[in-house]
Amino acid sequence: MAEVQIDQATYDALTSQGVPDRIARAKAKAATVRKEKQEQGVEIGPKSADQATKALAEFRENFGGSGGGTATATAVADAPSGRLTPEERAARVRASLGQTNGSPSIGVPADSKHTHRLLALVPPSGIQQVSDKQQDKVYTWPHLLLVEFVALLAMGAVLLVVSYFIDATFRELANPNLTPNPSKAPWYFLGLQELLRYFHPMVAGVTIPGVGLIALGATAYMDKNPSAKPENRKFANMSMTFFMCLWTVFVFAGSFFRGPGFNWVWPWVDGLFFEL
Amino acid sequence: MPKLPSWSEIQKNTQDNVIWKSIFRPGSIYRKGYRDTSRDRALAAMNNVLYHLHPVKVKRHGLKLTYTYCLGGLSFFLFVVLTITGIFLMFFYTPAAGAGTELAYADMRNIQASVTFGQLVRNMHRWGAHLMVFTVFLHMARVFYHGAYKPPREFNWVVGVILLTLTLLLSFTGYLLPWDQLAIWAVTVGTEMMGFTPVFGKQVQFVLLGGAVIGPNTLLRWYVLHVLFVPFVTVIFLAVHFWRIRKDGGISGPL
Ligand code: HEM
Repeated sequence: MAEVQIDQATYDALTSQGVPDRIARAKAKAATVRKEKQEQGVEIGPKSADQATKALAEFRENFGGSGGGTATATAVADAPSGRLTPEERAARVRASLGQTNGSPSIGVPADSKHTHRLLALVPPSGIQQVSDKQQDKVYTWPHLLLVEFVALLAMGAVLLVVSYFIDATFRELANPNLTPNPSKAPWYFLGLQELLRYFHPMVAGVTIPGVGLIALGATAYMDKNPSAKPENRKFANMSMTFFMCLWTVFVFAGSFFRGPGFNWVWPWVDGLFFEL
Repeated sequence: MPKLPSWSEIQKNTQDNVIWKSIFRPGSIYRKGYRDTSRDRALAAMNNVLYHLHPVKVKRHGLKLTYTYCLGGLSFFLFVVLTITGIFLMFFYTPAAGAGTELAYADMRNIQASVTFGQLVRNMHRWGAHLMVFTVFLHMARVFYHGAYKPPREFNWVVGVILLTLTLLLSFTGYLLPWDQLAIWAVTVGTEMMGFTPVFGKQVQFVLLGGAVIGPNTLLRWYVLHVLFVPFVTVIFLAVHFWRIRKDGGISGPL
Protein backbone atom coordinates (compact mmCIF):
# COMPACT_ATOMS: atom_id res chain seq x y z
CA MET A 1 0.00 0.00 0.00
CA ALA A 2 1.23 3.37 -0.90
CA GLU A 3 2.39 5.59 1.87
CA VAL A 4 -0.32 8.05 2.86
CA GLN A 5 0.72 11.62 2.15
CA ILE A 6 0.57 14.08 4.97
CA ASP A 7 -1.87 16.94 4.73
CA GLN A 8 0.50 19.88 4.69
CA ALA A 9 -1.94 22.49 5.99
CA THR A 10 -2.88 20.39 9.00
CA TYR A 11 0.75 19.56 9.68
CA ASP A 12 1.83 23.21 9.59
CA ALA A 13 -1.03 24.26 11.82
CA LEU A 14 -0.19 21.60 14.40
CA THR A 15 3.56 22.19 14.46
CA SER A 16 3.03 25.90 14.87
CA GLN A 17 0.98 25.08 18.00
CA GLY A 18 4.00 23.25 19.39
CA VAL A 19 2.59 19.74 18.86
CA PRO A 20 5.48 17.23 18.69
CA ASP A 21 6.50 16.23 15.18
CA ARG A 22 5.54 12.57 15.54
CA ILE A 23 2.00 13.40 16.61
CA ALA A 24 1.59 16.17 14.05
CA ARG A 25 2.55 13.76 11.27
CA ALA A 26 0.07 11.12 12.41
CA LYS A 27 -2.74 13.66 12.63
CA ALA A 28 -1.90 15.11 9.24
CA LYS A 29 -2.03 11.65 7.66
CA ALA A 30 -5.39 11.01 9.26
CA ALA A 31 -6.59 14.33 7.78
CA THR A 32 -5.56 13.16 4.29
CA VAL A 33 -7.46 9.90 4.63
CA ARG A 34 -10.54 11.73 5.91
CA LYS A 35 -10.40 14.15 3.01
CA GLU A 36 -10.11 11.36 0.42
CA LYS A 37 -13.09 9.55 1.87
CA GLN A 38 -15.18 12.69 1.88
CA GLU A 39 -14.30 13.28 -1.76
CA GLN A 40 -15.48 9.76 -2.58
CA GLY A 41 -18.70 10.46 -0.75
CA VAL A 42 -18.06 7.84 1.92
CA GLU A 43 -19.58 8.66 5.23
CA ILE A 44 -17.17 8.53 8.07
CA GLY A 45 -17.71 8.03 11.76
CA PRO A 46 -20.12 5.64 13.46
CA LYS A 47 -23.42 4.86 11.74
CA SER A 48 -26.52 6.44 13.20
CA ALA A 49 -29.07 4.13 14.81
CA ASP A 50 -31.63 4.26 12.02
CA GLN A 51 -28.95 3.61 9.42
CA ALA A 52 -27.88 0.50 11.34
CA THR A 53 -31.46 -0.76 11.52
CA LYS A 54 -31.85 -0.15 7.81
CA ALA A 55 -28.68 -2.14 7.04
CA LEU A 56 -29.97 -5.01 9.15
CA ALA A 57 -33.32 -5.03 7.39
CA GLU A 58 -31.54 -5.02 4.04
CA PHE A 59 -29.48 -7.97 5.11
CA ARG A 60 -32.55 -9.89 6.23
CA GLU A 61 -34.28 -9.24 2.97
CA ASN A 62 -31.34 -10.49 0.97
CA PHE A 63 -30.31 -13.54 2.93
CA GLY A 64 -32.75 -14.26 5.75
CA GLY A 65 -35.61 -16.02 3.95
CA SER A 66 -33.93 -17.64 0.98
CA GLY A 67 -30.45 -18.92 1.74
CA GLY A 68 -30.76 -20.01 5.34
CA GLY A 69 -33.41 -22.70 5.20
CA THR A 70 -36.53 -22.99 7.27
CA ALA A 71 -34.89 -22.75 10.67
CA THR A 72 -33.39 -19.43 9.76
CA ALA A 73 -36.60 -18.16 8.29
CA THR A 74 -38.61 -18.74 11.46
CA ALA A 75 -35.84 -17.43 13.62
CA VAL A 76 -35.77 -14.26 11.62
CA ALA A 77 -39.46 -13.83 12.04
CA ASP A 78 -39.19 -14.19 15.83
CA ALA A 79 -36.11 -12.14 16.33
CA PRO A 80 -36.48 -8.79 17.99
CA SER A 81 -35.38 -6.13 15.58
CA GLY A 82 -31.96 -4.57 15.92
CA ARG A 83 -30.10 -7.72 16.97
CA LEU A 84 -29.00 -10.87 15.14
CA THR A 85 -30.15 -14.25 16.38
CA PRO A 86 -27.55 -17.06 16.32
CA GLU A 87 -29.24 -18.49 13.22
CA GLU A 88 -29.03 -15.18 11.46
CA ARG A 89 -25.43 -14.91 12.33
CA ALA A 90 -24.81 -18.39 10.93
CA ALA A 91 -26.64 -17.37 7.77
CA ARG A 92 -24.54 -14.29 7.50
CA VAL A 93 -21.38 -16.35 7.77
CA ARG A 94 -22.69 -18.70 5.12
CA ALA A 95 -23.47 -15.76 2.93
CA SER A 96 -20.06 -14.31 3.33
CA LEU A 97 -18.57 -17.67 2.44
CA GLY A 98 -20.43 -17.42 -0.80
CA GLN A 99 -22.78 -20.36 -0.29
CA THR A 100 -25.97 -18.53 -1.13
CA ASN A 101 -25.04 -17.86 -4.68
CA GLY A 102 -23.93 -21.42 -5.27
CA SER A 103 -20.19 -20.90 -5.37
CA PRO A 104 -18.75 -23.07 -2.58
CA SER A 105 -16.12 -21.80 -0.24
CA ILE A 106 -12.73 -23.35 -0.64
CA GLY A 107 -12.69 -26.85 0.79
CA VAL A 108 -16.36 -26.85 1.74
CA PRO A 109 -18.69 -28.85 -0.48
CA ALA A 110 -21.50 -26.74 -1.93
CA ASP A 111 -24.24 -28.81 -0.30
CA SER A 112 -22.54 -29.01 3.04
CA LYS A 113 -24.33 -27.78 6.14
CA HIS A 114 -21.04 -26.70 7.59
CA THR A 115 -19.78 -23.23 7.21
CA HIS A 116 -16.15 -24.04 7.81
CA ARG A 117 -13.69 -26.80 7.32
CA LEU A 118 -11.58 -28.46 9.97
CA LEU A 119 -7.98 -27.54 9.66
CA ALA A 120 -6.56 -28.78 12.94
CA LEU A 121 -7.46 -29.36 16.57
CA VAL A 122 -5.60 -27.01 18.84
CA PRO A 123 -5.80 -27.04 22.63
CA PRO A 124 -7.14 -23.74 23.95
CA SER A 125 -3.79 -22.96 25.54
CA GLY A 126 -2.18 -23.19 22.10
CA ILE A 127 -4.24 -20.30 20.80
CA GLN A 128 -3.79 -17.96 23.69
CA GLN A 129 -1.24 -18.60 26.38
CA VAL A 130 -2.75 -17.31 29.59
CA SER A 131 0.10 -17.44 32.06
CA ASP A 132 -1.47 -15.36 34.80
CA LYS A 133 -4.96 -15.58 36.15
CA GLN A 134 -6.69 -12.34 36.89
CA GLN A 135 -6.12 -11.75 40.58
CA ASP A 136 -7.17 -9.38 43.27
CA LYS A 137 -4.08 -7.22 43.50
CA VAL A 138 -3.09 -3.90 44.98
CA TYR A 139 -0.19 -1.56 44.36
CA THR A 140 3.01 -2.30 46.23
CA TRP A 141 3.34 1.41 46.80
CA PRO A 142 1.71 2.53 48.98
CA HIS A 143 -0.07 -0.55 50.36
CA LEU A 144 2.69 -3.13 50.92
CA LEU A 145 5.48 -0.67 51.61
CA LEU A 146 3.46 1.06 54.34
CA VAL A 147 2.74 -2.24 56.08
CA GLU A 148 6.40 -3.17 55.88
CA PHE A 149 7.46 0.20 57.19
CA VAL A 150 5.17 -0.04 60.20
CA ALA A 151 6.36 -3.59 60.94
CA LEU A 152 9.95 -2.43 60.70
CA LEU A 153 9.37 0.49 63.06
CA ALA A 154 7.59 -1.72 65.57
CA MET A 155 10.34 -4.34 65.55
CA GLY A 156 13.01 -1.64 65.73
CA ALA A 157 11.28 -0.08 68.70
CA VAL A 158 10.98 -3.40 70.54
CA LEU A 159 14.64 -4.16 69.96
CA LEU A 160 15.71 -0.71 71.09
CA VAL A 161 13.63 -0.78 74.27
CA VAL A 162 14.81 -4.28 75.20
CA SER A 163 18.42 -3.29 74.53
CA TYR A 164 18.05 -0.13 76.57
CA PHE A 165 16.87 -1.95 79.67
CA ILE A 166 18.61 -5.33 79.52
CA ASP A 167 22.35 -5.65 79.12
CA ALA A 168 23.88 -8.47 77.12
CA THR A 169 25.50 -11.23 79.12
CA PHE A 170 29.19 -10.80 79.91
CA ARG A 171 31.01 -13.19 82.25
CA GLU A 172 34.58 -13.57 83.51
CA LEU A 173 37.46 -14.02 81.08
CA ALA A 174 37.52 -17.39 79.33
CA ASN A 175 39.40 -19.99 81.31
CA PRO A 176 39.95 -23.38 79.68
CA ASN A 177 40.93 -24.87 83.03
CA LEU A 178 37.78 -23.89 84.87
CA THR A 179 34.66 -25.65 83.59
CA PRO A 180 31.50 -23.88 84.72
CA ASN A 181 28.85 -26.17 86.09
CA PRO A 182 26.60 -26.57 84.21
CA SER A 183 28.15 -25.85 80.80
CA LYS A 184 25.38 -25.15 78.38
CA ALA A 185 25.17 -24.51 74.64
CA PRO A 186 23.10 -21.53 73.35
CA TRP A 187 19.37 -22.07 73.83
CA TYR A 188 18.66 -23.16 70.25
CA PHE A 189 21.05 -26.09 70.71
CA LEU A 190 19.82 -27.06 74.16
CA GLY A 191 17.33 -29.50 72.65
CA LEU A 192 20.31 -31.35 71.19
CA GLN A 193 22.19 -31.17 74.46
CA GLU A 194 19.14 -32.61 76.15
CA LEU A 195 19.17 -35.48 73.65
CA LEU A 196 22.75 -36.19 74.72
CA ARG A 197 21.29 -37.51 77.97
CA TYR A 198 19.42 -40.22 76.12
CA PHE A 199 21.57 -41.10 73.10
CA HIS A 200 25.14 -41.69 72.11
CA PRO A 201 26.74 -38.33 71.19
CA MET A 202 26.96 -39.37 67.55
CA VAL A 203 23.23 -39.98 67.43
CA ALA A 204 22.29 -36.88 69.42
CA GLY A 205 24.82 -34.50 67.93
CA VAL A 206 25.10 -35.61 64.32
CA THR A 207 22.55 -38.19 63.22
CA ILE A 208 19.40 -36.64 64.65
CA PRO A 209 20.07 -33.03 63.58
CA GLY A 210 21.39 -34.18 60.19
CA VAL A 211 18.46 -36.44 59.43
CA GLY A 212 16.14 -33.81 60.88
CA LEU A 213 17.36 -31.06 58.55
CA ILE A 214 17.30 -33.31 55.50
CA ALA A 215 13.81 -34.51 56.36
CA LEU A 216 12.71 -30.91 56.82
CA GLY A 217 13.99 -30.00 53.37
CA ALA A 218 12.54 -33.13 51.81
CA THR A 219 9.09 -32.40 53.26
CA ALA A 220 8.34 -30.14 50.33
CA TYR A 221 8.88 -33.04 47.95
CA MET A 222 7.30 -35.78 50.04
CA ASP A 223 4.02 -33.98 50.62
CA LYS A 224 2.12 -34.79 47.42
CA ASN A 225 -1.17 -33.33 48.62
CA PRO A 226 -1.91 -30.38 46.32
CA SER A 227 -4.28 -28.64 48.72
CA ALA A 228 -3.12 -25.89 51.03
CA LYS A 229 -6.38 -25.77 52.98
CA PRO A 230 -5.96 -26.79 56.63
CA GLU A 231 -9.03 -29.04 56.50
CA ASN A 232 -7.43 -31.09 53.71
CA ARG A 233 -4.07 -31.58 55.35
CA LYS A 234 -4.85 -32.64 58.88
CA PHE A 235 -2.11 -35.27 58.87
CA ALA A 236 0.63 -32.90 57.69
CA ASN A 237 -0.35 -30.22 60.19
CA MET A 238 -0.63 -32.72 63.01
CA SER A 239 2.80 -34.19 62.28
CA MET A 240 4.44 -30.78 62.13
CA THR A 241 2.73 -29.67 65.34
CA PHE A 242 3.81 -32.90 67.01
CA PHE A 243 7.47 -32.46 66.05
CA MET A 244 7.51 -28.77 66.95
CA CYS A 245 5.98 -29.48 70.36
CA LEU A 246 8.43 -32.31 70.92
CA TRP A 247 11.31 -30.05 70.03
CA THR A 248 10.01 -27.26 72.26
CA VAL A 249 9.77 -29.69 75.16
CA PHE A 250 13.41 -30.71 74.65
CA VAL A 251 14.59 -27.11 74.40
CA PHE A 252 12.64 -26.17 77.54
CA ALA A 253 13.93 -29.19 79.40
CA GLY A 254 17.53 -28.43 78.46
CA SER A 255 17.09 -24.74 79.21
CA PHE A 256 15.21 -24.65 82.48
CA PHE A 257 15.18 -28.14 83.95
CA ARG A 258 18.86 -28.99 83.81
CA GLY A 259 21.26 -27.80 86.49
CA PRO A 260 24.74 -28.72 87.72
CA GLY A 261 26.10 -31.80 85.96
CA PHE A 262 23.22 -31.31 83.50
CA ASN A 263 21.08 -33.18 86.03
CA TRP A 264 17.35 -32.68 86.33
CA VAL A 265 16.27 -29.75 88.52
CA TRP A 266 12.99 -28.02 89.21
CA PRO A 267 13.53 -24.33 88.42
CA TRP A 268 11.14 -23.20 91.17
CA VAL A 269 13.08 -25.23 93.74
CA ASP A 270 16.71 -25.03 92.60
CA GLY A 271 16.62 -21.82 90.59
CA LEU A 272 17.43 -21.08 86.96
CA PHE A 273 20.56 -22.33 85.20
CA PHE A 274 20.02 -20.52 81.96
CA GLU A 275 21.88 -17.74 80.17
CA LEU A 276 21.26 -16.04 76.86
CA MET B 1 14.65 40.88 58.83
CA PRO B 2 14.60 39.28 55.36
CA LYS B 3 11.44 37.43 54.46
CA LEU B 4 11.80 33.70 55.01
CA PRO B 5 10.95 31.51 52.00
CA SER B 6 7.61 29.71 52.26
CA TRP B 7 7.42 25.95 52.54
CA SER B 8 6.30 25.52 48.96
CA GLU B 9 9.15 27.71 47.79
CA ILE B 10 11.67 25.57 49.66
CA GLN B 11 10.06 22.46 48.21
CA LYS B 12 10.17 23.87 44.71
CA ASN B 13 13.79 24.94 45.02
CA THR B 14 14.99 21.60 46.32
CA GLN B 15 13.00 19.47 43.91
CA ASP B 16 13.14 21.47 40.73
CA ASN B 17 16.78 21.15 39.81
CA VAL B 18 19.05 18.91 37.81
CA ILE B 19 20.68 17.12 40.71
CA TRP B 20 17.45 16.22 42.50
CA LYS B 21 15.88 15.00 39.27
CA SER B 22 18.94 12.91 38.48
CA ILE B 23 18.63 11.11 41.80
CA PHE B 24 14.87 10.52 41.91
CA ARG B 25 13.59 8.86 38.78
CA PRO B 26 10.21 9.67 37.25
CA GLY B 27 7.49 8.26 39.48
CA SER B 28 9.49 8.62 42.64
CA ILE B 29 7.37 9.96 45.45
CA TYR B 30 10.13 12.47 46.18
CA ARG B 31 10.08 13.95 42.71
CA LYS B 32 8.12 17.06 41.86
CA GLY B 33 4.75 16.27 40.37
CA TYR B 34 4.11 12.91 42.01
CA ARG B 35 0.37 12.40 41.97
CA ASP B 36 -1.52 9.62 43.69
CA THR B 37 -2.63 7.97 40.44
CA SER B 38 -2.38 4.38 39.26
CA ARG B 39 0.35 5.40 36.87
CA ASP B 40 2.53 7.05 39.48
CA ARG B 41 1.91 4.28 42.00
CA ALA B 42 3.14 1.77 39.43
CA LEU B 43 6.14 3.91 38.55
CA ALA B 44 6.98 4.42 42.20
CA ALA B 45 7.64 0.69 42.48
CA MET B 46 9.01 0.16 38.99
CA ASN B 47 11.50 3.00 38.94
CA ASN B 48 12.86 2.25 42.37
CA VAL B 49 15.69 0.02 43.53
CA LEU B 50 13.02 -1.82 45.51
CA TYR B 51 11.83 -3.23 42.19
CA HIS B 52 14.52 -5.85 42.80
CA LEU B 53 12.46 -7.07 45.72
CA HIS B 54 8.87 -6.17 44.97
CA PRO B 55 6.68 -6.34 41.88
CA VAL B 56 4.43 -3.39 40.99
CA LYS B 57 1.37 -5.14 42.38
CA VAL B 58 0.91 -7.76 45.05
CA LYS B 59 -2.00 -10.01 45.98
CA ARG B 60 -4.38 -8.22 48.28
CA HIS B 61 -4.70 -11.12 50.71
CA GLY B 62 -0.93 -11.17 51.25
CA LEU B 63 -1.16 -7.78 52.93
CA LYS B 64 -3.30 -9.08 55.74
CA LEU B 65 -1.10 -9.20 58.79
CA THR B 66 -2.37 -12.67 59.62
CA TYR B 67 -1.07 -14.12 56.38
CA THR B 68 2.67 -13.64 56.73
CA TYR B 69 2.76 -11.97 60.14
CA CYS B 70 5.59 -10.11 58.39
CA LEU B 71 7.90 -12.80 59.71
CA GLY B 72 10.09 -13.24 56.65
CA GLY B 73 10.40 -9.50 56.28
CA LEU B 74 11.20 -9.06 59.95
CA SER B 75 13.86 -11.77 59.77
CA PHE B 76 15.44 -9.83 56.95
CA PHE B 77 15.11 -6.55 58.84
CA LEU B 78 16.88 -8.12 61.82
CA PHE B 79 19.59 -9.39 59.49
CA VAL B 80 20.11 -5.81 58.28
CA VAL B 81 20.11 -4.42 61.84
CA LEU B 82 22.64 -7.08 62.83
CA THR B 83 24.85 -6.13 59.90
CA ILE B 84 24.80 -2.46 60.85
CA THR B 85 25.37 -2.99 64.58
CA GLY B 86 27.95 -5.65 63.75
CA ILE B 87 29.97 -3.26 61.62
CA PHE B 88 29.89 -0.77 64.48
CA LEU B 89 31.23 -3.39 66.90
CA MET B 90 33.98 -4.36 64.45
CA PHE B 91 35.53 -0.90 64.81
CA PHE B 92 36.31 -1.65 68.43
CA TYR B 93 37.02 -5.35 68.50
CA THR B 94 40.19 -7.40 67.91
CA PRO B 95 39.82 -11.17 67.62
CA ALA B 96 42.90 -11.90 69.69
CA ALA B 97 43.18 -14.12 72.76
CA GLY B 98 45.83 -16.06 74.63
CA ALA B 99 47.82 -15.43 77.76
CA GLY B 100 48.91 -11.79 77.97
CA THR B 101 46.92 -10.74 74.88
CA GLU B 102 43.33 -11.06 75.93
CA LEU B 103 42.39 -8.30 73.51
CA ALA B 104 39.01 -9.69 72.55
CA TYR B 105 37.82 -9.75 76.11
CA ALA B 106 39.37 -6.37 76.93
CA ASP B 107 37.80 -4.84 73.83
CA MET B 108 34.40 -6.14 74.82
CA ARG B 109 34.73 -4.55 78.21
CA ASN B 110 35.89 -1.36 76.59
CA ILE B 111 32.93 -1.31 74.21
CA GLN B 112 30.59 -1.56 77.16
CA ALA B 113 32.39 0.86 79.43
CA SER B 114 33.83 3.63 77.25
CA VAL B 115 32.55 3.53 73.69
CA THR B 116 29.68 5.94 73.10
CA PHE B 117 26.52 3.88 72.66
CA GLY B 118 28.77 0.81 72.82
CA GLN B 119 26.70 -1.00 75.41
CA LEU B 120 23.46 -0.21 73.62
CA VAL B 121 24.77 -1.37 70.25
CA ARG B 122 26.18 -4.56 71.73
CA ASN B 123 22.83 -5.24 73.41
CA MET B 124 20.99 -4.68 70.13
CA HIS B 125 23.38 -7.01 68.36
CA ARG B 126 22.97 -9.78 70.88
CA TRP B 127 19.20 -9.55 71.46
CA GLY B 128 18.69 -9.05 67.74
CA ALA B 129 20.56 -12.28 67.05
CA HIS B 130 18.43 -14.28 69.48
CA LEU B 131 15.33 -12.64 68.09
CA MET B 132 16.31 -13.48 64.52
CA VAL B 133 16.67 -17.19 65.31
CA PHE B 134 13.20 -16.96 66.77
CA THR B 135 11.56 -15.07 63.89
CA VAL B 136 13.16 -17.33 61.27
CA PHE B 137 11.81 -20.34 63.11
CA LEU B 138 8.32 -18.83 63.34
CA HIS B 139 8.50 -17.84 59.66
CA MET B 140 9.20 -21.45 58.80
CA ALA B 141 6.23 -22.59 60.88
CA ARG B 142 3.89 -20.12 59.18
CA VAL B 143 5.13 -21.23 55.73
CA PHE B 144 4.48 -24.82 56.69
CA TYR B 145 0.97 -24.26 58.02
CA HIS B 146 0.02 -22.39 54.87
CA GLY B 147 1.31 -25.22 52.72
CA ALA B 148 3.35 -22.50 51.04
CA TYR B 149 6.14 -24.97 50.23
CA LYS B 150 3.99 -26.82 47.69
CA PRO B 151 4.76 -26.66 43.98
CA PRO B 152 6.18 -24.47 42.54
CA ARG B 153 7.73 -23.39 45.84
CA GLU B 154 9.47 -26.63 46.93
CA PHE B 155 12.91 -25.39 46.12
CA ASN B 156 12.42 -22.13 47.96
CA TRP B 157 11.55 -24.16 51.01
CA VAL B 158 14.89 -25.94 50.63
CA VAL B 159 16.63 -22.57 50.31
CA GLY B 160 14.77 -21.65 53.49
CA VAL B 161 16.09 -24.68 55.34
CA ILE B 162 19.59 -23.67 54.28
CA LEU B 163 18.91 -20.14 55.54
CA LEU B 164 17.73 -21.55 58.86
CA THR B 165 21.00 -23.47 59.16
CA LEU B 166 22.99 -20.38 58.21
CA THR B 167 21.12 -18.28 60.77
CA LEU B 168 22.02 -20.79 63.49
CA LEU B 169 25.64 -20.80 62.31
CA LEU B 170 25.79 -17.00 62.33
CA SER B 171 24.45 -16.91 65.84
CA PHE B 172 26.68 -19.70 67.09
CA THR B 173 29.92 -18.35 65.58
CA GLY B 174 29.17 -14.97 67.15
CA TYR B 175 28.60 -16.56 70.51
CA LEU B 176 32.32 -17.25 70.92
CA LEU B 177 33.56 -13.74 70.21
CA PRO B 178 33.17 -12.11 73.68
CA TRP B 179 35.67 -14.74 74.84
CA ASP B 180 34.17 -15.04 78.28
CA GLN B 181 33.39 -18.19 80.22
CA LEU B 182 29.91 -18.44 78.72
CA ALA B 183 31.33 -18.19 75.20
CA ILE B 184 34.09 -20.76 75.25
CA TRP B 185 32.18 -23.37 77.21
CA ALA B 186 29.07 -23.13 75.08
CA VAL B 187 31.25 -23.57 72.02
CA THR B 188 33.15 -26.41 73.65
CA VAL B 189 29.89 -28.27 74.21
CA GLY B 190 28.80 -27.62 70.63
CA THR B 191 32.03 -28.61 68.93
CA GLU B 192 32.43 -31.73 71.05
CA MET B 193 29.22 -32.99 69.52
CA MET B 194 30.63 -32.38 66.04
CA GLY B 195 33.61 -34.48 67.10
CA PHE B 196 31.32 -37.48 66.97
CA THR B 197 30.73 -37.19 63.23
CA PRO B 198 31.23 -40.70 61.86
CA VAL B 199 34.65 -41.48 60.37
CA PHE B 200 35.91 -37.86 60.14
CA GLY B 201 34.91 -36.75 63.63
CA LYS B 202 38.36 -35.73 64.85
CA GLN B 203 39.19 -33.98 61.58
CA VAL B 204 35.91 -32.05 61.60
CA GLN B 205 36.57 -30.92 65.12
CA PHE B 206 40.16 -29.96 64.28
CA VAL B 207 39.05 -27.83 61.36
CA LEU B 208 36.37 -26.15 63.44
CA LEU B 209 38.69 -25.39 66.33
CA GLY B 210 41.79 -24.63 64.31
CA GLY B 211 43.60 -26.99 66.66
CA ALA B 212 42.98 -29.85 69.05
CA VAL B 213 41.43 -27.68 71.72
CA ILE B 214 39.62 -24.37 71.77
CA GLY B 215 42.11 -21.50 71.74
CA PRO B 216 43.22 -18.26 70.05
CA ASN B 217 43.11 -19.92 66.63
CA THR B 218 39.51 -20.88 67.18
CA LEU B 219 38.66 -17.29 67.99
CA LEU B 220 40.27 -15.94 64.83
CA ARG B 221 38.67 -18.64 62.73
CA TRP B 222 35.20 -18.10 64.13
CA TYR B 223 35.60 -14.35 63.82
CA VAL B 224 36.29 -14.62 60.10
CA LEU B 225 33.43 -17.06 59.70
CA HIS B 226 31.13 -14.77 61.66
CA VAL B 227 31.86 -11.43 60.03
CA LEU B 228 32.71 -12.53 56.51
CA PHE B 229 32.10 -16.04 55.36
CA VAL B 230 28.70 -16.93 56.80
CA PRO B 231 27.14 -13.49 56.10
CA PHE B 232 28.45 -13.69 52.54
CA VAL B 233 26.88 -17.08 51.96
CA THR B 234 23.70 -15.95 53.70
CA VAL B 235 23.35 -12.92 51.44
CA ILE B 236 23.65 -15.14 48.38
CA PHE B 237 20.94 -17.47 49.62
CA LEU B 238 18.76 -14.53 50.64
CA ALA B 239 19.05 -13.19 47.10
CA VAL B 240 17.96 -16.56 45.71
CA HIS B 241 15.17 -16.77 48.29
CA PHE B 242 13.70 -13.38 47.39
CA TRP B 243 14.14 -13.91 43.68
CA ARG B 244 12.34 -17.23 43.86
CA ILE B 245 9.42 -15.73 45.79
CA ARG B 246 8.74 -13.52 42.77
CA LYS B 247 9.46 -16.16 40.15
CA ASP B 248 7.18 -18.62 41.93
CA GLY B 249 4.30 -16.20 41.49
CA GLY B 250 4.61 -14.00 44.55
CA ILE B 251 3.24 -14.84 47.91
CA SER B 252 1.29 -18.13 48.04
CA GLY B 253 -2.42 -18.43 48.62
CA PRO B 254 -5.08 -17.34 49.32
CA LEU B 255 -5.71 -20.60 51.16
C1 HEM C 1 17.22 -15.73 57.03
C2 HEM C 1 16.09 -16.28 57.03
C3 HEM C 1 14.90 -15.98 56.13
C4 HEM C 1 14.51 -14.79 55.59
C5 HEM C 1 15.15 -13.41 55.78
C6 HEM C 1 13.32 -15.06 54.81
C7 HEM C 1 12.59 -14.10 54.12
C8 HEM C 1 11.39 -14.34 53.48
C9 HEM C 1 10.46 -13.33 53.04
C10 HEM C 1 10.65 -11.83 53.19
C11 HEM C 1 9.41 -13.96 52.47
C12 HEM C 1 8.13 -13.28 51.92
C13 HEM C 1 6.89 -13.71 52.65
C14 HEM C 1 6.91 -13.63 54.14
O1 HEM C 1 7.39 -12.62 54.70
O2 HEM C 1 6.46 -14.59 54.77
C15 HEM C 1 9.68 -15.38 52.50
C16 HEM C 1 8.88 -16.36 51.97
C17 HEM C 1 9.15 -17.72 52.02
N1 HEM C 1 10.09 -18.34 52.83
FE1 HEM C 1 11.55 -17.36 53.83
N2 HEM C 1 13.02 -16.40 54.86
C18 HEM C 1 13.97 -16.99 55.68
C19 HEM C 1 14.01 -18.32 56.05
C20 HEM C 1 13.13 -19.29 55.59
C21 HEM C 1 13.03 -20.62 56.10
C22 HEM C 1 13.81 -21.16 57.29
C23 HEM C 1 12.10 -21.27 55.33
C24 HEM C 1 11.61 -22.71 55.41
C25 HEM C 1 12.28 -23.71 55.80
C26 HEM C 1 11.62 -20.34 54.33
C27 HEM C 1 10.72 -20.64 53.33
C28 HEM C 1 10.00 -19.69 52.64
C29 HEM C 1 9.00 -19.98 51.64
C30 HEM C 1 8.60 -21.38 51.11
C31 HEM C 1 8.46 -18.75 51.25
C32 HEM C 1 7.30 -18.50 50.27
C33 HEM C 1 6.08 -18.35 51.14
C34 HEM C 1 4.83 -17.95 50.42
O3 HEM C 1 4.86 -17.79 49.19
O4 HEM C 1 3.80 -17.82 51.12
N3 HEM C 1 12.26 -19.14 54.53
N4 HEM C 1 10.89 -15.59 53.14
